[in-house]
Amino acid sequence: MSRYIIRRLLIAIPSLLGISIVLFTVLALAPGDPFSELATNPAIPPEVQASLRAKFGMDDPVLVRYLHWLSAMLHGDWGFSFVSRVNVDTLILQRLPTTLAVIGASQVLALLIALPVGVLAAMRPYSVFDQIASTIALIGFSLPTFFTGIVFILMFSITLNWLPFVFRADLSATGLQWWWEEIRQSIMPVAVLGLFQGATWTRFVRSAVLDVIRLDYVTTARSKGLAENAVVLKHIVRNALIPVVTLIALQMPIVFGGAIVTEQIFRIPGIGSLLISAIQANDTPVIMAVTFVFACLVIVFNLIADLLYGWLDPRISYR
Amino acid sequence: MNEHDLRGLIEHVREGKLSRRAFTRTMIALGLTAPIATQMLAYSGVAVAAEKFAYKPTKAGGGGALKVLWWQAPTLLNPHFATGTKDQDASRIFYEPLAGWDADGDLTPVLAAVIPTVENGGLAEDGTSVTWKLKQGVTWHDGHPFTADDVVFNWEYSSDPATAAVTIGSYKDIKAIKVDDHTVRVEFAKPTPFWADPFVGAIGMIVPKHLFEPYKGAKSREAPANLSPVGTGPYMFVDFKPGDVVHGKLNPNYHMPNRPYFDTIEMKGGGDAVSAARAVLQTGEYDFAWNMQVEDEILKRLEASGQGQVIITPAGGIEHIQLNNTDPWHEVDGERSSIKSKHPYLSDPAVRQAISLLVDKGSVHKYIYGRTGDDSANFITAPERFASKNTHYEFSIEKAIKLLDAAGWKPGSDGVREKDGVKLHAVYQTSTNTPRQKTQEIVKQACQKAGISVEIKSVVASVYFSSDVANLDTYPHFACDLQMYTTTMQQPDPGVWMRQFLTEEIATKANKYQRRNIVRWSNAEYDKLWEQSDKELSPVKRAAMLIALNDMVVNNVVVIPVVTRPAVSAVAKNLHTPLSGWDTNTYALQDWYRDA
Repeated sequence: MSRYIIRRLLIAIPSLLGISIVLFTVLALAPGDPFSELATNPAIPPEVQASLRAKFGMDDPVLVRYLHWLSAMLHGDWGFSFVSRVNVDTLILQRLPTTLAVIGASQVLALLIALPVGVLAAMRPYSVFDQIASTIALIGFSLPTFFTGIVFILMFSITLNWLPFVFRADLSATGLQWWWEEIRQSIMPVAVLGLFQGATWTRFVRSAVLDVIRLDYVTTARSKGLAENAVVLKHIVRNALIPVVTLIALQMPIVFGGAIVTEQIFRIPGIGSLLISAIQANDTPVIMAVTFVFACLVIVFNLIADLLYGWLDPRISYR
Repeated sequence: MNEHDLRGLIEHVREGKLSRRAFTRTMIALGLTAPIATQMLAYSGVAVAAEKFAYKPTKAGGGGALKVLWWQAPTLLNPHFATGTKDQDASRIFYEPLAGWDADGDLTPVLAAVIPTVENGGLAEDGTSVTWKLKQGVTWHDGHPFTADDVVFNWEYSSDPATAAVTIGSYKDIKAIKVDDHTVRVEFAKPTPFWADPFVGAIGMIVPKHLFEPYKGAKSREAPANLSPVGTGPYMFVDFKPGDVVHGKLNPNYHMPNRPYFDTIEMKGGGDAVSAARAVLQTGEYDFAWNMQVEDEILKRLEASGQGQVIITPAGGIEHIQLNNTDPWHEVDGERSSIKSKHPYLSDPAVRQAISLLVDKGSVHKYIYGRTGDDSANFITAPERFASKNTHYEFSIEKAIKLLDAAGWKPGSDGVREKDGVKLHAVYQTSTNTPRQKTQEIVKQACQKAGISVEIKSVVASVYFSSDVANLDTYPHFACDLQMYTTTMQQPDPGVWMRQFLTEEIATKANKYQRRNIVRWSNAEYDKLWEQSDKELSPVKRAAMLIALNDMVVNNVVVIPVVTRPAVSAVAKNLHTPLSGWDTNTYALQDWYRDA
């Protein structure tokens, strides 16, 4: 087992290197410049922009820049944003809590919907409940979040005026009042993301449970006279959820990566909006850091998913 | 009374022989209104902005929270590093310059005790220096006194190339000398008619010496105060998350009486312009939103909810069409649009005039930009004193046809005019942006009626406005016949801005397309007149010269001005926000208040 983990981690090194090379090359080839706003300002002489580029090493050849970045990264130095001149790790850490809270809550909401609805729908396939659940799930994951987000804003903020649509990470209230405001402003983004995710997972849970429910051991369990609750919880769900757990583990990096579109719509200061504003400003160090961290998380959670799989299903062994 | 007599009178006022009031009275007797009289004095650099905005609150504080929304979030709070207006606006909450520019392009003192003039001895007669008297008793937020040392330090800090300050252009060629604790003399290398650039307005914000001195030069990025500013402004720093939000609270020791009105300020960033407009105009969640790049029709619909209104402030932006003087389709020495080539048909003045007649600016204003863009004949549209009255424009397809016929451009079998094998076929590019594509369509249709075929091209803004030397689609490459975008005169003085038509400023491959003369127009007469205007110390003569430069650009159809682009803000009702198109949006933040 430990040899397996070590081998997997060693394999991850070349893949991470490869990812970083691809990312860096793409960014280097992409048009744009963090100082382009200076270029269109006639009051600032072009030399200013040129010297800033030189100072930040942006005129060096791509390979030199990449090696600089790589060696700094290996030393734990993530570089600094060209735009805000703040260290990239500070920027990311500042935004991590918000992203974790909002995206985490939405994933929990998705699970809370998907598990019971999916299991119930599979228990009585093609019943009215199943039909309704399937239809709603289909609609749910067909509608993109940027659409539902705007519809929610129009409905709950503008027409009904119930909820604020500008998310604030720094509510001044304290105690219960803080919780109340936090919940009010989180409802819409969490619902938008959670319902979308929940819809996808519902379908998945349903088909996983359906696969298991017809198996002989379930019939055996029922004929032993076990209570229906015990059959469902201990025999069906436990086995059916093995692929679901893997799926959720693979989904975890997204919790850290944020939701670019939804964060933008609700002005949530999370990792996703950091990434999008960095891309718009051609702020290479920030883009590199965020995407690279994301790549690392994907690799790590892939490994975790594989290990979880073995733990849940002892028939699988690692060599 | 002729111009000469008028000048004489103005001169008397300047020398103090005639009082301002007597001058105004004489003018009124002549049938001029008082504002015009003041304008004439302002013109001549005599007037100091009168109190234009009535500030009502009688004590500081008590206004509660002020919540403003910038849909591009501020990313840093050091004015010397500010790459865009968003950063300057955010820095200006805490930092202040010696003087600011009001809406009319007049100076108002902030940290200066008075605006320097020739009469008060502040301005040197020969234009080589200006002496600023600083306000006494001003303290930084941490209690340190604000003195001449701070001002001098800002010059040292910014002009050091290692600091990598964005403001270096305004400071590198000057010298700042401390005269006494509250007097600073700025010395210029040569006579400088536009002396109010360093220490003034958006680039003139002053940071404290005692906090930044250890971080001058290469260590500039490490200064803790970059992220937690200590300034002299109306609000004190509370906290800042780059790219998200800035918080400030009332500065109890602010140097202007009864100000500021609000107890706290929150500047939230991010999102998009339309939803920012919504948050102010429709739901009232926020009090103010900046830079409403939203179609006027949508703004009007949002305004109908009655929570707020849209405020338009004149500024120096002009959406204009550029006509290439060089040949964009054939490489000369490996360079398209090389200055060694000549454009096949745009070198014919008749074709230029014809295209100018085919731009229906009135419709562009009326149907596309509405209040957010007025049709304009001029390239310099504001301040009033620099706007030319000599130019006019018209939209007439018939006249264009006549002009082209007379110049020998005859319609070919496909309806496109040609002469000597050259077809009037133009590629017309701009950035991807709905109003721009609509404008392209209006111009294209008129051109086609007159026998000029137009091919429309749009380039993604991030590419079009980038400085990528290798990419032909950027605006400085100008690898097509016509192109359109907005250029903005940032200062209320067109001197620097009009450099963009000088021969030495032509963008070429050799200078990596970093120069500003994108149309690649070269005119010895223009160059000479600009040189003169750069030395001319009489404000009246200089204004006349700059107007003449504008007229040359317009009459030779070097560019075709289309619509002005004023600053558009969404403001909650009852909120009073003096704004200026010549300074940061927050330049008069201390004066903002709400009707109780």
